[in-house]
Amino acid sequence: MSKFALDRVTAALPTAIVERFTDRAGGEWGVVKPEAIEDVASLLRNDPELDFKLFVTIACCDRLQLPVAEPRFELSYVFGSLKRNEQVRLKVRVGGDRPEVPTISGVYQGANWDERLNWDFYGVRFTGHPDLRRILLYEEFKGHPLRKDYPLRQRQPLIPERPIKDLFRGPGTSGVA
Amino acid sequence: MSESELEAHFPTQNMVVNLGPSHPAMHGTVRMRIELEGETIVKADPEFGFLHRGFQKSAENGTWTQVLPYTDRLNYVSSLMNNFGYLNAVEKLIGLEIPERAKYIRVISSELHRMADHLTCVGAVGLELGGFSAFLYGIEARELIVDRVTELTGARLTTTFGRVGGLNRDLPPGWTDVVLKTLDKISSLAHEVDGLLTRNRIFVDRTKDTGVISAEDALDFGFTGPCLRACGVNYDIRKARPYWVYDRLDFDVPVGARGDNYDRYLMRMEEIKQSDRIIRQAIKQMPVGPVIIDDWRVALPPKPEVYGTIEGTMAHFKLIMEGVQVPPGEVYDSTESANGELGWWLVSDGSGRPYKCHVRAPSFALLSGVTRMIEGQLLADLIPTFDTINMIGGEVEQ
Repeated sequence: MSKFALDRVTAALPTAIVERFTDRAGGEWGVVKPEAIEDVASLLRNDPELDFKLFVTIACCDRLQLPVAEPRFELSYVFGSLKRNEQVRLKVRVGGDRPEVPTISGVYQGANWDERLNWDFYGVRFTGHPDLRRILLYEEFKGHPLRKDYPLRQRQPLIPERPIKDLFRGPGTSGVA
Repeated sequence: MSESELEAHFPTQNMVVNLGPSHPAMHGTVRMRIELEGETIVKADPEFGFLHRGFQKSAENGTWTQVLPYTDRLNYVSSLMNNFGYLNAVEKLIGLEIPERAKYIRVISSELHRMADHLTCVGAVGLELGGFSAFLYGIEARELIVDRVTELTGARLTTTFGRVGGLNRDLPPGWTDVVLKTLDKISSLAHEVDGLLTRNRIFVDRTKDTGVISAEDALDFGFTGPCLRACGVNYDIRKARPYWVYDRLDFDVPVGARGDNYDRYLMRMEEIKQSDRIIRQAIKQMPVGPVIIDDWRVALPPKPEVYGTIEGTMAHFKLIMEGVQVPPGEVYDSTESANGELGWWLVSDGSGRPYKCHVRAPSFALLSGVTRMIEGQLLADLIPTFDTINMIGGEVEQ
């Protein structure tokens, strides 16, 4: 689908894409080195033949429980080209205690909020981001809830919750202090 | 600002106003922290997340089918499109082809909900600019659609309709005839709304050339759907990458020019008419046949089989307890929902649960562009701008 775009990126930036694969639905993915993502994004957007002007999304996956768990975080970037009527899918893999990826909010304005979302829920830092705050959760929130090691039922209320008698689930502390 | 030497110095400072979180014009609960210089917005910072429900975390802890009710709550005005968008992505991941009749029913009910979404949006624009009658006509038409959806799915808003591999039930008897009559009624009601708003002096003054965004900026922010098309960009996933049976149906994609509030309003009015066309054609073309694939690894067996045979019982038990076994892999797939591209990035580890379920909500991108559209504009222009982008709290805040 986006073979042409990935070929062209490889031709212009030979070391940027480290791996390519096709997913089950036939979508082609390119795995990009973290330090090269900004160059790749700006090439895709500004090359007149590629013209990937439409910012689609940035998502993150915590691979902690997958068979291949290293590096731990996998960010996927999707951009669209109306001229070529296709989408390009890129991946960036980062690990470590303080995962860091360069921001692309200078290339696509829409990336600003998506990067904030991934910082909020996965704790991936986007270096050079102009305003890296939490976006859906509140600033006092501790931890990053979509990480696989964040417990499903963990609660951290801003004000103490009243205990509510509930056998299985529901709001409050379920009668337990 | 030049001051004459003789004028007394009058110190002024910018004023910060909080609009929301509970404000009738802030659909859902969004708080806008607005810095004003006089009546002009200098800076706007939306703060949202009050409706955050942990959609993705819940999805990762349920089976593939159990995610379906959560998708109702994303865009609660047009939940069927979320249901089918999610199911479409899961089916892509498994590699399933659903029966023809199911595709047609998905198209018909999606387009019904697209009309409902646009009618609600248009009605709300009218309401918040002071035209209550337009809202009543819009909502009356929407209620008729909600009635049809109730007959189809059994629920007014939280539809949870469709299953992996097709649909959980066929159309009720005589439903298509009632739909055709409903379409006639809706087009007459939409005509009333059109008559009340489209050439209304006050409405045009409030919406024309307010909340303008250029095509370049709109693409950059990730605008899709009617808001992108209002800027003059012809991009509709139903045409660009047709899914289901959209390539067999004849419809037009309206494209605007100026990217202002008035164009976004016109896009929605025209799309209501186009959806009407699509539904009429789809009802004519719809074949008879099964609505779900006959594969017990994915779809529940018919009830006589479950209660009468051991194979049926086992298949039912395994599907309910373990969920659909989706092979390991990943997919990014998108459909055109009422507000734009509804994308799903699904990762499966081969178990019965989604390992990762990312939703690319169209309104999220639209809301991020709002600051660009209103900075430097009057405070009063914020209201129609916020209305016409049709931000839905449920899908932005997940």
